[in-house]
Amino acid sequence: MSDVASQLTTADGRPLKAALATAQARAKRRAFFLVLPLLAFIVITFAVPIGQMLQRSVYNDGFSQTVPALTQWFEANPKGTVPDEAAYAALASDLNLMKETRMAGDAGTRINYVVSGMRSLFTKSARKAADLEPPYMAALLDIDEDWQDPRVWNAMRTASSPWTLDFYTIAFDRERDADGKLVKVDENQRIYFKLYIKTFVVAAVITAICLLLAFPVAHLLATLPMAKANLLMILVLLPFWTSLLVRTTSWIVLLQGQGVINSILVALGIIGDDGRIQMIYNQTGTIIAMVHILLPFMVLPLYSVMRVIPPSYTRAARSLGATSWTTFRRIYLPQTIPGIGAGVLLVFILAVGYYITPALVGGADGQLFSNMVQFHMTKANWSMAAALATMLLVGVLVLYWLYDRLIGIDKLKLG
Amino acid sequence: MALPTYASPLERAWHATYLVICVLVFVFLISPILVIVPLSFNAEPYFTYTEKMLSFDAEGYSMRWYDSLLTSGMQASEAVRDGAWWSDLWHNADWVKAAKNSVIIGFWATILSTILGTLAALGLSRPEMPWRRTIMAILISPMIVPIIIVATGMFFFYSNPCAIFGFGCGRLTSTYTGVVLAHAALGIPFVIITVTATLSGFDQSLIRAAASLGANPRRTFFKVVMPLILPGVISGGLFAFVTSFDEVVAVLFIAGPDQQTIPREMWSGIREQISPAILAVATILVVISIALLTVVEILRRRSERLRGVAAH
Repeated sequence: MSDVASQLTTADGRPLKAALATAQARAKRRAFFLVLPLLAFIVITFAVPIGQMLQRSVYNDGFSQTVPALTQWFEANPKGTVPDEAAYAALASDLNLMKETRMAGDAGTRINYVVSGMRSLFTKSARKAADLEPPYMAALLDIDEDWQDPRVWNAMRTASSPWTLDFYTIAFDRERDADGKLVKVDENQRIYFKLYIKTFVVAAVITAICLLLAFPVAHLLATLPMAKANLLMILVLLPFWTSLLVRTTSWIVLLQGQGVINSILVALGIIGDDGRIQMIYNQTGTIIAMVHILLPFMVLPLYSVMRVIPPSYTRAARSLGATSWTTFRRIYLPQTIPGIGAGVLLVFILAVGYYITPALVGGADGQLFSNMVQFHMTKANWSMAAALATMLLVGVLVLYWLYDRLIGIDKLKLG
Repeated sequence: MALPTYASPLERAWHATYLVICVLVFVFLISPILVIVPLSFNAEPYFTYTEKMLSFDAEGYSMRWYDSLLTSGMQASEAVRDGAWWSDLWHNADWVKAAKNSVIIGFWATILSTILGTLAALGLSRPEMPWRRTIMAILISPMIVPIIIVATGMFFFYSNPCAIFGFGCGRLTSTYTGVVLAHAALGIPFVIITVTATLSGFDQSLIRAAASLGANPRRTFFKVVMPLILPGVISGGLFAFVTSFDEVVAVLFIAGPDQQTIPREMWSGIREQISPAILAVATILVVISIALLTVVEILRRRSERLRGVAAH
């Protein structure tokens, strides 16, 4: 067989196999060159910026660039050495440098991440740095006893290199104790990882509500005649096309204390004028508004799967004696699984990273992880923001990978 | 869905409940959008229906919020409404400026993402395309990655785009180019999804037919492929435009005071002091989205008819 194939030639005398391979390679190249401009565009304007930002989560030179003398001392003395007079002399010279370059705040901030309350230690000491005289150990301890704290020295040792995992330690609600071991922070200081978990729980709740609401609607749309279904579909698509800010505004108008729903309840006498229910600027508000915004993303994939389920299967089940519940559970539901999977994963992915709605209607307890990233951005804690962003991104990408495995990214449809 | 004649009373009751649930969900979906429309004509600065509004008293309604919307930011809003007043409005009114910015940014972002996206979709739907799945996953990712991560990343990158090469070359933050590039990246997944969906029903033998009849690839593309996928391309473009038109987080991070868009103005309006003027904007945006939805639906049906999908 292969002999025959190798003997076959094209009109110009080349072996057919080689000619075919060249033609296929050319077709491949052509297809790839069509995609290349966009791929380059996305990599440059989207992937590189994100990668660059994430690098900040492990790179922070706020402390390291101001402490040349201390860095030398740390290199000369192994970890665990009790700081001697030479160490304090190095510290004093670096504090002087900080004073000249006005970097004491930055350096203090970097240490403050690891041992809280230490920012003022640096600013205060740098202010007095010019007056320091040997012996430096006594002089510095005179300014503040905290300079003795081994946690401060451990923190300075790790921070003397710009590359660090400290921000992930904080993001996972851990800290290093005096011996340098990782321990959980106090219950009331666990903020980040707790919020991370909470964000996934809230996203799961929103997804579950969306599924419960979307399932009957998608079923109705899928079983109605086409003309009627298209008409009702507009009710799903119109919110989908309406601005997110408009929909969020509407929910503020509907749910706020002096808003439409409370006013109706008062007018009907269900609640008193002083008993208006707080439904917005808290977690309830976030969940209601986000369910509304994400519901179309659940209805559409469910609908496209349900539309092609042949009604004869359920009829056959009924004629064979199954009750309507059994028919639903054993025959209909299993066939909708692809739609459920697609909708659930899509809504969950979008909900986990949501920012706008919680920021506007979330109040104090309705904030999600994205809002925490934004909070640290506005505080110029770039590295902290980047570490939190990385955590969020990893969570989302795992879900995205799962979506691609289970459903296939090319099956994604809109409207 | 009709109920079979053999349905038991329990099933009938359940069916009725099911219909009620569906109606309630539809109400939940649509009422927030409709409820703000009359409120934007409220004569009082309240977010609820006044008694005069409910009794359809003309005094309960007014255009004052639309008026304040137009005139805010003008130098002489109280002046006589002559040519100078309109020129003042066109150049100085906050929301007019925002609308102009939104349209300019949306337009260029749409052009960029539609051209690049359509080309890529053509490549992606060829059977010979190598690494299709991976590339597709990368191209769709702007839709999946949380917007706050995208925006912060772009904020740093656009502050100094050449930083990766180790030197400075100006900045893209606070420029139209920066915002347009960001919005184009965010709109691309929608173009890719819509155009590849259109191309999935495309009969590849038409291309071979055109070639066998002597058309060169360019002529084939413009005379055969383009007319058939045009509805898909336009709806993809509309999706990209809406994405840009509704985007606020990237604008918050990248844009300067000269690039404030409608969503950006709404954002500060909602955060600071929410006044019914916001509802007037919202109403205008709802009207725009109804128009866009109508266009997209017409295009979708046309595309299905062209491809013979909905022949039955």
